[in-house]
Amino acid sequence: MRLIKQLGEWFDARLQIGATLRETAEHPVPRETASWFYVFGSAAVVVFILQIFSGIMLALIYVPSAGEAWNSLQTLNHEVTLGWFARAVHGWGSEFMVAIVLLHMVQVFWFGAYKYPRELTWVVGVFLLVMTLGMAFTGQVLRFDQDAYWGLGIGASISSRVPIIGPPIVNLMLGGPIIAGATLSRFFALHVFVLPGLLIAFVGLHLLMVIKLGINEWPMPGRIVRKATYVKEYHELTNKDGIPFVPSAVWKDLFFAAFILLAIGACAAYFGPFGPGGEPNPTIIQTAPKPDFFFLWIYAVLSLLPPSMETPALLVGPVVGIVLLLLLPFVSSEGEKSWQRRPVAVLLILLLAVAFGTFTRRAEHAPWSPVMDAWSGKPIPPQFLRNRTALERQGALVFQAKQCHNCHALGNEGGERGPALDNVAVSMTRDQLIRQVIQGGGNMPAYGKNLSPAETTALVTFLQTLRPPGQRPARDAARDAANGPAGALSSPVR
Amino acid sequence: MKLGILFNGIVAAILAIPLVRYILSPVSHGRKGAYQSWFALGDLAQFPAGQTRLATYKNPYVNLWDGMTGDVACWVRHIEGANFQVFAVNCAHLGCPVRWFPQSGLFMCPCHGGVYYQDGSRASGPPERGLFEHHYKVENGKLWIKAGEMPTPGMVSGIPGGKPPCA
Repeated sequence: MRLIKQLGEWFDARLQIGATLRETAEHPVPRETASWFYVFGSAAVVVFILQIFSGIMLALIYVPSAGEAWNSLQTLNHEVTLGWFARAVHGWGSEFMVAIVLLHMVQVFWFGAYKYPRELTWVVGVFLLVMTLGMAFTGQVLRFDQDAYWGLGIGASISSRVPIIGPPIVNLMLGGPIIAGATLSRFFALHVFVLPGLLIAFVGLHLLMVIKLGINEWPMPGRIVRKATYVKEYHELTNKDGIPFVPSAVWKDLFFAAFILLAIGACAAYFGPFGPGGEPNPTIIQTAPKPDFFFLWIYAVLSLLPPSMETPALLVGPVVGIVLLLLLPFVSSEGEKSWQRRPVAVLLILLLAVAFGTFTRRAEHAPWSPVMDAWSGKPIPPQFLRNRTALERQGALVFQAKQCHNCHALGNEGGERGPALDNVAVSMTRDQLIRQVIQGGGNMPAYGKNLSPAETTALVTFLQTLRPPGQRPARDAARDAANGPAGALSSPVR
Repeated sequence: MKLGILFNGIVAAILAIPLVRYILSPVSHGRKGAYQSWFALGDLAQFPAGQTRLATYKNPYVNLWDGMTGDVACWVRHIEGANFQVFAVNCAHLGCPVRWFPQSGLFMCPCHGGVYYQDGSRASGPPERGLFEHHYKVENGKLWIKAGEMPTPGMVSGIPGGKPPCA
C-alpha cells in the first residue's frame, strides 16, 4: 500500500494532474441529481467505449473488401472461436448505444437541461446524436450483405434527388459508378476513422462542458432560469446543499452502466450476431431489403408519403429537423425547466415516441410491400372455393396465376398492398369490378392488356362470390330500374 | 506572426488542391463519360422473341477487389425482330431490384410496391417514372448495351447519356 502511494506521488510530482482530477471528481453537484434519471449520459459513454474495443476486435479479422467482407463475416461467425460473440456484442452494443443516446436526449429535453448556460452542450449533443446514427448506418453497410448492398442503393437513390448536384453526390458516395469495392472502403473509413475520431473529440467537449457548467439541477416548478441570476443561484444551490459527485452520485452511474453492459452481453449471448444475410450479389434479385431497427421508421415514412411529397420530405425533412433541434436552446433559453409547467414539451415527447413506435411497427409488418410469392406460395383458403361453379373456380385460378394475391389478401393470406377482397362483392358491382380490373387506378395496375375477355369474365365472376354468406352482391340501382325486377334477381343469393 | 499564418495558409492551399481533386475523382471520372461503354450482353438466341429475361453482365468499369458486386443484372425484353428493351433492375423509386412476372406482364418491386408494365412504364405505386432503360444495338448476332453506372432517379434521363423516358 505504501509502495503504491509512493509510486502515485512519484508520478504526480511529474504529471501534476492529481489535484485537478481530485477536484473534478469531488466537485459538488445538486443533491437531487444523484438520481436514476441522470445515468444515461455516462452509460452512453461506457457503451461507446465498449463499441471501440469490440470494433477493434472485429477489425482483427474483418476484411474491408467488397470481394471478401461477407466471407470474413462468415469466418467470424463460424470459424473463429467466439467470433460470433464479438460480432454480437458490437451489434447489440450499437442498438443499445442509439437507444441510450435517444433516452439521454429525451431526459435532457424533459428536464429543460438545455437552457442557459447549457445551450452549447445541447448543440454538441445534437451533433453527437447525428454521428451516433451515422455510426449505426455505416456499421450496417460494413455488414456487407444483401440488405447492406440494396440499402446503399436506396441511399444513392435518395442522394441523387438533390437538385443539380445529386448525381455527383452519388458518385462521391459510391466512390465510382456502382456499389462496389470503393463504396465499402469509404464506408469503412467513415465508420472506423472519421466518425469515431469526431465522436471522441465531441464527447470530450461535451463532458468538459458538463463538468465546467455543472450538472443540471432537478427542475422545480417556479424555479425560473434567468440569464442574469442563474449561475449565482446554481452555485448557491451546490455550495449550500451539494454533495460530492464522487462517491455520492457516481455509484448510480456505475451501477446502471454495468447493468447495460450486462444486458448487451446477455442479448449477444442469447440472440447472437446480426446476420450477415444473403451474399451481396446484385444478380440475386430475390430479396426484400429492410433497414436496421432504428431506421425502420424512415422506411415506413417513405412508403406512406404521397409520391409528390417524397423528394421534398427526404431532402428538406432531415435538415429542418436538425436545425430545429439546434435552435431549441436559443429559442427557449430561459424560463421554467419543470415538466409540470411545460405541457407542450411533454406532449411533444409523447407525440414523437408514439410516431416512432407506430412507424417502426408498421415497417416491421410492411403492408405496402407486395408478398412476392403469394401467387405461388399461398393458396386461396378453401372457404372461398367450396360450392363454387366451374367458371368461378376458373376465376380463382386467374386470381392466383395473375399475381392478384401478391397485393390482395383473402382470408388474411396474401399481400396488403391493395385492399383485402374477402367482401369485395358487397362494395363493388360487377361492372365496377370489370372496370377496376381492366383499367386499374387507385394505385392498381391496369390488367386490360394481360387478361383475355374469358379470363376477365372468370375472374370477375369469382370476385362476385366474395361476400359474407347470405348477403347479396352490390348492385347498380339504376340498372335495376332499367331492367325491371328481373334484373335484381339475376345474381341469386347463395 | 501574421507572415507565419499567411505562409501556412498558402502551403495548406497548395496541398489541399490535389487532395480535393483526389477526393472528387469519382465525380470527375464520370464527367468524362468513362463509366459508360458498349459491350455485348449475349447472343440473340438467349432472348426469345416475346419474352422478358434476366441477363447479367460484368460491369465494364470494375476493380479486381469488387468481387461479386461487379456483376450487374438487367431485364431484357425482346419485343420482335431487332426490337428490344433493356431495363436496369433498379426500381425508379429507391433502387430496389424489381422482379418480372410474365403471367401478369408486370414488374413488381418488393420494397415499397412500385409496379411497372411490360414496356417499363409506371403502372402504380410510389415511382414517379418508368424503369430506367439502357441503349442497345444488335450486331453480329449479339445484343449490345451501353451501361456501366447504376441508374438513380436524380439523373436527368435516368441513364447517363441515355434518352429521356418519354423520347
